[in-house]
Amino acid sequence: MSDVMHNFELYQPDTVQGAADLLGEFDDAWVIAGAKDSLGWFKDRVKQPSVVVDIGGIEELSGIAATDDGGLYIGATTTLTDVIENPLVREKYPILALSASKVASPQIRNAGTIGGNISQDTRCVYYRSGFPCYRAEGNTCYANTPTAMNRDHALFEVSRCVAVTPSDTAPAMVALGASMVIRRKGEDIEVPASEYFIGPEIDITRMTVLEHGDILLGIRLPGTWANARHYFEKAADRNTWDFALVSITMVAKMAGSAIEDAAMVCGGVQCTPRRLTEVEDVIRGEVPGPEVETLVRRVASRGAQPLNFNHFKIPLMESLAARAVRSLT
Amino acid sequence: MDLTGPYDPTVDYPEGPAIAEIAGAGDIKPWRPLHVSRRNFLRGVVCSGIVIGGSSYLFSTATPARADARGVERMMSLTVNGRTHHVDVAPNETLGYTVRYRLGLTGTKIGCNQAECGACTVMADGQTIYSCSTLTHRMRGKDIITVEGIAAADGTLHPVQQAFIDELAPQCGFCTPGQVVAGVALLNSNPNPTEEEARVAMSGNLCRCGAYEHYLRGVMKAAREI
Ligand SMILES: Cc1cc2nc3c(=O)[nH]c(=O)nc-3n(C[C@H](O)[C@H](O)[C@H](O)COP(=O)(O)OP(=O)(O)OC[C@H]3O[C@@H](n4cnc5c(N)ncnc54)[C@H](O)[C@@H]3O)c2cc1C
Ligand code: SF4
Ligand code: FES
Ligand code: FES
Repeated sequence: MSDVMHNFELYQPDTVQGAADLLGEFDDAWVIAGAKDSLGWFKDRVKQPSVVVDIGGIEELSGIAATDDGGLYIGATTTLTDVIENPLVREKYPILALSASKVASPQIRNAGTIGGNISQDTRCVYYRSGFPCYRAEGNTCYANTPTAMNRDHALFEVSRCVAVTPSDTAPAMVALGASMVIRRKGEDIEVPASEYFIGPEIDITRMTVLEHGDILLGIRLPGTWANARHYFEKAADRNTWDFALVSITMVAKMAGSAIEDAAMVCGGVQCTPRRLTEVEDVIRGEVPGPEVETLVRRVASRGAQPLNFNHFKIPLMESLAARAVRSLT
Repeated sequence: MDLTGPYDPTVDYPEGPAIAEIAGAGDIKPWRPLHVSRRNFLRGVVCSGIVIGGSSYLFSTATPARADARGVERMMSLTVNGRTHHVDVAPNETLGYTVRYRLGLTGTKIGCNQAECGACTVMADGQTIYSCSTLTHRMRGKDIITVEGIAAADGTLHPVQQAFIDELAPQCGFCTPGQVVAGVALLNSNPNPTEEEARVAMSGNLCRCGAYEHYLRGVMKAAREI
């Protein structure tokens, strides 16, 4: 039975300082917030940390507040449901509420946190099943072989590992220019979303800049894209539970009927959210219409290197990008 | 003391006549009260950690002293269906296990045991959660409602339960407790859902018999009646 987790010592500190002290003390400590990603690892007995630090009860880590620059600050352990239902989020950044509302299922959104969602590990089936692959500090990739099941895997920027980002909200963070506030060795540092998510060429064993001992305190959303036009679409096998095969996230500002500026980010095609800068360049200043859509399709997946079973992601990605632009007409 | 209600592992029941007395078999040690029903007897066995398959693995060890006093204390208060229980909970124990095997509330079902089916759905402070994938220690101070806490005290069914019966929703019934809890939680927070809202609210509950439309019709019917 997969239900029996290994034994661990559980700590439930009340303060960030208390949590940081515990993480400093135990090399083997694992942070849980909503625990929806972590318990999967534990139940499969692939990861067996001897110490678990539950930060879900730390009050200072949850909540949503407006900031001086017209943006928002979202505490790391705010649940996805609280993000989705928050009036400030819905008013300023509907794209975030929309993408969060497509995560997993209602029960998971009620417990899963926004910080956990953007910090979760990849869902590569081999890695999750405990295969000793590169990401697990072994010396091969089981997903990148001629017969491997790599339908879910990457099209871009692979470096030994071909796993993709699983998070539905991470692309919105990149599109909105968010930055992550992290407590590292007693100091608070701020990392832009474009650097928070890291690919295998930087560190093949991590998905984010978070190192052991770091605590994500919250997410700062600048006012830049507040109240902008937006589009989110997630293509998955089922509407509930399943991770995105490809997702598209766009925010845009219009000047009359022309697109003044836009940020478009694609999930599920690379280890990190992929910013589609070429699409942005093509549509900036243009009036959306069939010609622009044709151009968008042409550039959206440029440079893609499909594996054996994920060619379908290329037209999917092109269509989603074109539909996002069409939504602006 | 209520000797006829469900078996409660936290209660010291008076012993019935010793088995030895009945059987006249010398010094056999009585180990269960004789008044318990067969169903409650089964619960009692699971609760007391006598070897049954997997559960013995989890619960057989005697409470070890905490290695570190800053870690969670195993004895905790847990409020389930309005009643506060004092239970001994392992640090790695999930709420699904605690309610089923320590409190004997077996209405909550464990299906996938990995947050992917909804059979284990319960409410915590009014919100639905998967009890199979929630550490019980996280539930301190929360108000938990399981399917046993949905009907009125006198046994009158909740409109959602009645509507599920009327709409012939359950087939095998395994997903039903989770569907009931999800439906009730929805109507508690949104008494007049649109069909689309109901569909989303019920989307975290799989039904292997595929009776989705029946459950959906049940929820909409209950909404009209509340
Ligand atoms: C069946 C199922 C389906 C899912 N489907 C989707 C989906 O469709 N889309 C999607 O995006 N996700 C999905 N998820 C993934 C994920 O569980 C949820 O998105 C959830 O938001 C994760 O948050 P959490 O707080 O529960 O994570 P946790 O398990 O608590 O944390 C995840 C990781 O982040 C780290 N972490 C969390 N918070 C902090 C912090 N403050 N500081 C430092 N480190 C931290 C933890 O150490 C852990 O490694 C799914 C999960 C399951 C089980
Ligand atoms: S894709 Fe990455 S995570 Fe998956 S088997 Fe290959 S190296 Fe491991
Ligand atoms: S048993 Fe908990 S979701 Fe399936
Ligand atoms: S009625 Fe059989 S699983 Fe739903």
